Amino acid sequence: MAILKTEGLTYTYSAGTPFEKTAVDHVDLCIEENTMIGVIGHTGSGKSTLMQHFNGLLQPTSGKVLLEHQDIWADKSKLREVRFKVGLVFQYPEYQLFEETVAKDIAFGCRNMGLSEEETKKRIIETAQMLGIRELLDRSPFALSGGQKRRAAIAGVMAMRPKVLILDEPCAGLDPRGRELMLHQIQDYQKKTQSTVLLVSHSMEDVAAFTKKLLVMNQGKLFCYEETEKVFRRTEELKALGLRVPQIASVMQALRKKGYDLPEDLYTVEKARDAVFTLLRKEAASC
Amino acid sequence: MLKDITLGQYFPIDSILHRLDPRFKIIDTMLFIIMLFSGNHFWTLMIGAIFVIMAQLLSKVPLKMSWKSIRPILPVLAVTAILNLVFIDSGDLLFEWKFLKITQGGINTSIFMVCRIVLLIIGSSLLTYTTSPILLTDAIESLMSPLKKVNFPVHEMAMMMSIALRFIPTLLEETDKIMSAQKARGAMLDSGTLMERVKAMIPILIPLFVSAFRRAEELATAMECRCYRGGEGRTRLRQLKASGKDYISLMICLLFLITSAAVNIILS
Repeated sequence: MAILKTEGLTYTYSAGTPFEKTAVDHVDLCIEENTMIGVIGHTGSGKSTLMQHFNGLLQPTSGKVLLEHQDIWADKSKLREVRFKVGLVFQYPEYQLFEETVAKDIAFGCRNMGLSEEETKKRIIETAQMLGIRELLDRSPFALSGGQKRRAAIAGVMAMRPKVLILDEPCAGLDPRGRELMLHQIQDYQKKTQSTVLLVSHSMEDVAAFTKKLLVMNQGKLFCYEETEKVFRRTEELKALGLRVPQIASVMQALRKKGYDLPEDLYTVEKARDAVFTLLRKEAASC
Repeated sequence: MLKDITLGQYFPIDSILHRLDPRFKIIDTMLFIIMLFSGNHFWTLMIGAIFVIMAQLLSKVPLKMSWKSIRPILPVLAVTAILNLVFIDSGDLLFEWKFLKITQGGINTSIFMVCRIVLLIIGSSLLTYTTSPILLTDAIESLMSPLKKVNFPVHEMAMMMSIALRFIPTLLEETDKIMSAQKARGAMLDSGTLMERVKAMIPILIPLFVSAFRRAEELATAMECRCYRGGEGRTRLRQLKASGKDYISLMICLLFLITSAAVNIILS
């Protein structure tokens, strides 16, 4: 079932000045419940602007955003509730930390929602556990390492248990191991809460491994929104947009061109490995 | 949105006024201000108005922008007008009610004052509309350089000013981002009692200060790495060079000032 919908969503920055720019151009979208979606597009394609419309931080110049079939701008006094339902984690969220302890900072969102002390506490502990920062709850957020700060900031939004969680490049600047861990933690969160997670990323490998559907933006327009495997079959089109397919998909394509009988939807290392092994076994058997 | 605040209100188009040497523009503006304030007659005000209209046309800055710079001082204008109206007691008495007296002289003066302030604002904001803030600081540094003789740290002051100007948009953007991030967590920034609002600023101010200090430190390191040693023997990327049109602009301003002074003397 659809949770978020946009109809003809258009947003123009600084309309009427020399700096005028249409960042989002007539986007029609329908985002389902309980799934993990990747958002890709090269720099300046309008991804971040689009994301800020989903929780009412930006008001569309024209068009509508529907959350659970309700126009979020129909009643401005309900906007705050929209923000509790659609959580948004900005790029480099660690710069928004401000409290004395990590626990207090995570509690900020819950307190704003008006949750009880017990419920808040429960959620802080649950969320911290999911992100592996349980031991850091009593420390000052400013004394943590980069990756820990990042997790503390993300926890602050996750603790609100939004129905839709948007993460703008949650792995930017993390080391490879930290990346992997973070993505798994996000996946766990998605599975546990049965919510929708939108993952904005520049890494094709990450979205290939962790998302079911992909939303591709190009110059403010929605290029496509379909299953991840289908998107990665469109190698040439993606290249034209300044994007690419995951490395392993390129390798598999090259092998296919050389005449190896491999399926078309291989875009994660695991799947590719299995397919190559199957093929090798088949060839060994036919020898 | 915070972005709409124009602090460095530079309006980036191309016009003859944009291309003038910023040092001359500052001097021209000063001459214009002297002209406005030395004149005491409606005729000198007319000369000022002609000057402003001419400059406005040459600058190609839309009139809407001038309105934008006047709008915030409307309360000041209103107060000036009322004070002059009420407290000046000269000429024919037109209206009297208890202690309030409105005289012809009061009306004249308040119209005169309002016109003078409006002209002052429109004229001097043309300087900032047509000159980028960085060029302005360069010009100020150059104009103040004689003060170096008395050990006044001109270069350091100018450097501080350009850094401050350079970081206004950055910090505004940062504030915008932090505000959005806290709003996304349900922070209420524009409602509630005064106390609540002050409290609501904490989640914004703390991250902002932290990042301002971080940026300052990074900038200091970056400057050290490039062996920054102050103004001694430093050359600049943008050399300020005066050309014919700059001297012409100065001549025109002087001409206006002299005319205005002459009118002033003749009429009084």
